[in-house]
Amino acid sequence: MLRVEARSKLTGREVFIDDLPAEDIWWAGTVRSSLPRGRIRDIHFGSGIDWSSLIVVDHRDIPGPNEVQMIERDMPVLAADVVRHVHEPIVLLAHPSRRIVRQAVQAISVTIDPDEPMLDFRHPPTPQQIQYGSDNVFKKLKIEKGTVDEALAAAPIVVEGEYETGAQEHVYIEPQGMQAQVENDVLVVKGSMQCPYYIQHALMHALNRNEKQVRVIQTATGGGFGGKEDYPSIIALHAALLAIKGNRPVRLIYDRQEDMAATTKRHPALIRHRTGVDHHGRLLVQDIDVLLDGGAYVTLSPVVLSRSIIHAAGPYHCENVRIQGRVVLTNSVPFGAFRGFGAPQSQFANERQIDRIAHELNIDPVQIRKINLIKDGQTTATNQVINDGADRIQVLDRAIDLAEYHDRKKAHEVFNVQHPTLRRGIGVASFFHGAGFTGSGEVQLASQIHIHGRPDGILEVRSSNVEMGQGALTVFTQIVAERMAYDQDYIVIVAADTSVVPNSGPTVASRTSMIVGKLLEQACDDLSRQLNGESNTDGTALKDAIIRWHHIRPDQELIGKAQYNMPPDIHWNDLTYEGDAYSAFAWSTHIAEVEIDLRTFVIRVINFTAVQEIGKVLNETLARGQIQGGITQAIGWALLEQCHWNNGSMQNNNLSDYVIPTCPDVPPIAVEFLESPTPHGAQGAKGIGELPMNGPAPAILNAIAQATGADPRSIPLTPEQLMETLLT
Amino acid sequence: MQVLLPQTLDEACTMLAESQGRAVPIAGGTDLIVHWPCNIEAHQKAYLDISTLDELKFITLSGDSLIVGAMTTFWETITSKQVESEFPLLVQSAKEIGSVQIQTRGTWAGNIANASPAADGVLALMAYDASVTLISTHGTREIPLHEYFLDYKCSQRQPDELIHSFCIPRRSFTFDYFEKVGSRQAQTITKVGVAITNSSSGWRVVANSVAPMVRRCYQVEQLLEKKARIQQPDDLLAALDQDVSPIDDIRSTAAYRRCVLSRLIYYALREHCPWYS
Repeated sequence: MLRVEARSKLTGREVFIDDLPAEDIWWAGTVRSSLPRGRIRDIHFGSGIDWSSLIVVDHRDIPGPNEVQMIERDMPVLAADVVRHVHEPIVLLAHPSRRIVRQAVQAISVTIDPDEPMLDFRHPPTPQQIQYGSDNVFKKLKIEKGTVDEALAAAPIVVEGEYETGAQEHVYIEPQGMQAQVENDVLVVKGSMQCPYYIQHALMHALNRNEKQVRVIQTATGGGFGGKEDYPSIIALHAALLAIKGNRPVRLIYDRQEDMAATTKRHPALIRHRTGVDHHGRLLVQDIDVLLDGGAYVTLSPVVLSRSIIHAAGPYHCENVRIQGRVVLTNSVPFGAFRGFGAPQSQFANERQIDRIAHELNIDPVQIRKINLIKDGQTTATNQVINDGADRIQVLDRAIDLAEYHDRKKAHEVFNVQHPTLRRGIGVASFFHGAGFTGSGEVQLASQIHIHGRPDGILEVRSSNVEMGQGALTVFTQIVAERMAYDQDYIVIVAADTSVVPNSGPTVASRTSMIVGKLLEQACDDLSRQLNGESNTDGTALKDAIIRWHHIRPDQELIGKAQYNMPPDIHWNDLTYEGDAYSAFAWSTHIAEVEIDLRTFVIRVINFTAVQEIGKVLNETLARGQIQGGITQAIGWALLEQCHWNNGSMQNNNLSDYVIPTCPDVPPIAVEFLESPTPHGAQGAKGIGELPMNGPAPAILNAIAQATGADPRSIPLTPEQLMETLLT
Repeated sequence: MQVLLPQTLDEACTMLAESQGRAVPIAGGTDLIVHWPCNIEAHQKAYLDISTLDELKFITLSGDSLIVGAMTTFWETITSKQVESEFPLLVQSAKEIGSVQIQTRGTWAGNIANASPAADGVLALMAYDASVTLISTHGTREIPLHEYFLDYKCSQRQPDELIHSFCIPRRSFTFDYFEKVGSRQAQTITKVGVAITNSSSGWRVVANSVAPMVRRCYQVEQLLEKKARIQQPDDLLAALDQDVSPIDDIRSTAAYRRCVLSRLIYYALREHCPWYS
């Protein structure tokens, strides 16, 4: 089927937040902290600006608590007395002229008495640097299985390693933006977002409004990647405060520089491994320590840490596993959600560690993975028994065949001997990704979805899950069309508007197609049931039945509903971190081939193979797009994308100096899917949005290690860093 | 913001003179646009838009030189068979500048006027011994490109002067080489680059992004003239250290630039120079 919004996007008719009519709009700007930590002493409004012509908002204008409602409530909407990071918002301004707002923002000077900032998460804080609890630790989590210390002591070989990953900027095409206005005492906020209900809850909390007084509407969203999961709540609050105080419609749009400087990034990580193996390479014990940089406020860090440690031991069976995780405060711009949510960091470390063990034991990197990959009936680190019928070794084998791994490896060895300056290598990474919220998260969300059978026979899906470029509208349409044997022309997915749609949860965690898609199927079934069990194998008859139903009940609504319930066979203990962390995992092996120019140390990925078991392919084009897009984004993370920090603030906050891949940087990517349907997803599908982010970085670095004999352990691995590694 | 729109070259020179150094000439505008949204100061300035001056849009091959008008875009040289066959480095460097969109708007004169140490076009031009012709209400003057730049983003061009054209002597080259190392494969700013030619006039070795301005590497050129024995890249470092002064910045490191420049030059010449090692 044609992608639902393909025409409007291709023709440029799609209406993004900054495309809405701008008559009567007041433009907003944000005055920010220039220091990473300190106490606000004075805010000076400079001369040359007619301040009475502007709406000016500071923390005193917040009707409710000065708190951004997220997991915690530690982040202020606007800094009141102290600032904890550079670019922390302090004062908001709005004016009918965009130019005057820009000038006014620059005319305000904030005097801050500096305090000692905490800037390097890898070191323990000094007493003066403590700003959260007694130790700056936002969250501490532990997984323990078996007897780790005994196993380490008994292991014939123990391999240790320390790995680092850097921050990453989302670079969604459309920068962040929101518009707010008050209509008949209802605050209406529109904008670019992944999670309308997160925003509604944040607005209700800080603005002291009930849910009827806050309406949040998603506009066309030009990419999110997690960057529009948590941060839009802040922008929505800012736009709303100005709109309420000035009683005007206010639009707050970040330009690229402001967006890159002030919004969240992927958590930097430092991960240590101690692995005990036998001489064949069998994993006997994994002892893993995961440390994440949380930045200045908690945001979503506890759940990022959770996903990070659950994936840290990889898709392998091992009897003895200990994973300790901490996420700590620094005075950096807060880190937040980003595709993969901690799993790419920890699996980068694990897959480099597995390759280093193979190297140490002089066994083939493919062989060591084959020996250890989970077989049905075996368990993950959290003691989750995997029994999904998927064959992880088959995924690996298929990738090896498709990539012609062994032939290519030999060819590269010959090439490397002959060529004066080029070196080629091939690297493998096997990994997994759990879809949906972790553990009991989906139960707590209790997502609901509705499908209305309208009097005109049209099926109307009401969900808070949004299209952000990934294809949700198309997949939802397809799920309904196939469940109800309906013509897709008679199916509509309404805009995510909190006054219309039920809360089907956030558009995150690779959950939309799988978890919400499954709910949508159940809602379809509920609708058919209400039509006296009208067969859903004949869509035309069903449509007639819907029209007839309304004919008999002229003023009633025909709504198929579904709400998430924990499947009976899923058990999770949130205190011990044991049990079924996710209802389903997708499994994958990536193979990267690289070419390194020893003159310039430039690394090119020249070929890429991705095989994944994803339950069921709902839409092949979109699924391939997700895999290829994720790989591209991960190539950037692995090789190119470096945030240059100064005082916890990104210095290269522009697209000339923050380098993401262009077409020539992306190799041919062979994508193949294996299917082993899960009962927990729509048509058997598992989530795939984040999966491809996990594999490329370790596969590429493993290939570089093989090509050059180097042992790189941190990303981004730039030519400058590779030079240091090779020449010292 | 004020934009001056001259109809003729004469008028452009007059407007520039009358603005008393205030107006900034713009051709393709590609350098200006990069920082436009955040560079509020740039919004207050006056600009002299010379993009419509057809008098400055020409590529002429005469008996002894190639003369290229200031408004010639990179794209126009990329698609010129004459330029490609006789001065291939111009085409190679032009293809490495920005994207096709930038190449179709950006001009050679703009690349010179911007005086960036990372300018890719200047690199090739200097390796060909190009000279720049400046024009003003006082007349014209010609300056060899290797003497044109004074410091970082600073050149001999006076505020009332426009770049009229540049001129490259026609020679028979026995060697030409261009290589750019950026942070990715396309649309990238040079971290270190080199252009090398050899003709009856001798060796020219030019490097960019390793000094406050694009630099001729005279010491390296002398090594090549002397046919000095160079057995490995490191043998070039003593000469290079006199020629260039790379720094650490947001795009790369001094150590990387120095190391890679020596390797680019070494490997470029290794096959070509039998006396090399």
